[in-house]
Amino acid sequence: MKIKRNTILTIGAIAVFYGLLIAADNFLNTYWLRILNLCAVFTIFSVTFNLIFGYTGQFSLGHAGFAAIGAYVGALLTLSSAQKQANFFLQPIAPFLANLEVPFLPTLIIAGLLAAIIGSLVAWPALRLRGDYLAIATLGFSEIIRIFLVNLQPLTNGAMGLKGIPEYTNLYWSWGAAIVTIFVVKRLIDSSYGRAMKAIRDDEVAAEALGVNLFKHKIMAFAVSAFFIGVAGALFANLISTIDPKVFLFTLTYQIVGITVMGGMGSITGSAVAASLYTIFLELLRPIESQFNIGSLVIPGIPGMRMVIFSLLLLFVILFYRKGLFGQKEFSWDWLIGFLSRKNRKKSNQALISDEAAEKEQKS
Amino acid sequence: MSLLSLRSVVKRFGGLTAVNNFSTELQPGELCALIGPNGSGKTTIFNLITGIYAPTEGKVFFDGYDISGKKPNEITRAGIARTFQNIRLFKGLNVLENVMVGHHLRLKSDPFSAVLQLPGYVAEDRKMHEEAYELLQAVNLAHLADKEPTALPYGQQRKLEIARALATHPKLLLLDEPAAGMNPQEAEELMEFILHILKAFELTIFLIEHQMRVVMGICPRIIVIDHGEQIAEGKPELIQNNSRVIEAYLGVTENA
Repeated sequence: MKIKRNTILTIGAIAVFYGLLIAADNFLNTYWLRILNLCAVFTIFSVTFNLIFGYTGQFSLGHAGFAAIGAYVGALLTLSSAQKQANFFLQPIAPFLANLEVPFLPTLIIAGLLAAIIGSLVAWPALRLRGDYLAIATLGFSEIIRIFLVNLQPLTNGAMGLKGIPEYTNLYWSWGAAIVTIFVVKRLIDSSYGRAMKAIRDDEVAAEALGVNLFKHKIMAFAVSAFFIGVAGALFANLISTIDPKVFLFTLTYQIVGITVMGGMGSITGSAVAASLYTIFLELLRPIESQFNIGSLVIPGIPGMRMVIFSLLLLFVILFYRKGLFGQKEFSWDWLIGFLSRKNRKKSNQALISDEAAEKEQKS
Repeated sequence: MSLLSLRSVVKRFGGLTAVNNFSTELQPGELCALIGPNGSGKTTIFNLITGIYAPTEGKVFFDGYDISGKKPNEITRAGIARTFQNIRLFKGLNVLENVMVGHHLRLKSDPFSAVLQLPGYVAEDRKMHEEAYELLQAVNLAHLADKEPTALPYGQQRKLEIARALATHPKLLLLDEPAAGMNPQEAEELMEFILHILKAFELTIFLIEHQMRVVMGICPRIIVIDHGEQIAEGKPELIQNNSRVIEAYLGVTENA
């Protein structure tokens, strides 16, 4: 009975959300649409990072590399052959790619699968390492992928990047993918497999002594994460329409880590909220980078000023909310209803006690 | 046939020989204690049995199969569960979920059916839930099912760790200092509890213990080791009067 109610509420919430997306799509300008799309992409990045680090406890810094794979697959499979020719003017494109054009949905899935396969291959040797060593190894792999992108001229057009990627990504694609990601990750971590992953996070030795296959579960977390990062990468490429290897520097990974820490390690709600807040705040802070005055003090426009403020915010969060905004807590309908009824009860306490008794009777 | 058999097992860490030529047999249904001074190699023997270390020489047989050098999770699957000297509960999971992790190794459904919550997985998950709850009831922890494990008193954390190990359906249970840090009353309860699960779950128990009250009270057979070598074996009364054991624990006067 209770499960049914929550399912109905969730479906209702998704319907309302869909309505909001339609409204946003119709009434907002392209600038804001892009920001909302970016919110979705960063939500996917952050939720998947949380699956690897927050739930499975593996400190991996390979996110930018996996996103790059997804983005390049997304770009190369959607670019028209004319555009490809225009892009690859220094050296012709590899022949098998020249006329290849795939619809958007299969493109996203291929991007995800390729990222998942490469992610698993990277994880194979790297997962023998733990903690900081794993972080360094995955960071290295991420950089290797980027170096490949710079030097594989016939495949990736090297440092010049790819331009004129069709802008297929819209709110429905990006938030649709985000909702699917949240759904899959949430279901996974709530399942028996998720319990095994959390057990690995809390104590690897004890988990293994209870028969949990460490390698299998770590690889699983990596592959699922990498799949959705790949999808998000393709969405990203088809959103900003121009990509080059510099977009996928390790700073992207650090941004994702920062967002996830801010939201709370081990909270999907936290990741989603922090990703959206981060993207929107970073846009709202844009004026700071141009010249402005505080009283008689003239502050010249400094590019990168936003990141200084972001760092300060991150510092603030780490100092005062050590577990992030949400800690390990999740949003749930039970919590919301409990919260609302508690509020109601407070009101009715002040009014009439008999009213409360009636309310309780009704409830039971 | 013996359930567990260690045949001239040797473990060296570089130049240090932690376990030297150790052999023993455990019969099904037996309750046997392993004692010895600090650093004598007791936990290393446990780690050799459970696959955390592979023996440098010699073999470990369990239920007729050679398990030396197998991975810990494979050995648990074969039917050996253990607890740890320092409590290793999963802090991020509640009491019931801690036990359910022990059931995970028997899960047949693949991750896809878990994510899609296909009927096969849902049925398995429900069964896992019920079995874990029954196990908690059997060890009198059911009323704490949704508590954080760190919120439990020390004695109950120990009990939960044993319950979690039982969830893997072991034939052999290894307890590494189960009474460590317990007061006499808690130790008393633990002794009863160990005897209870030995019968109720048809186990064979091998335990390391420092509290002689526990060891002498319940274990019909005791093995004593020092410097990685077995120095005595037998009934509690024999061990208490064995000169080599006394020597190992108390030392000898040089100019006696």
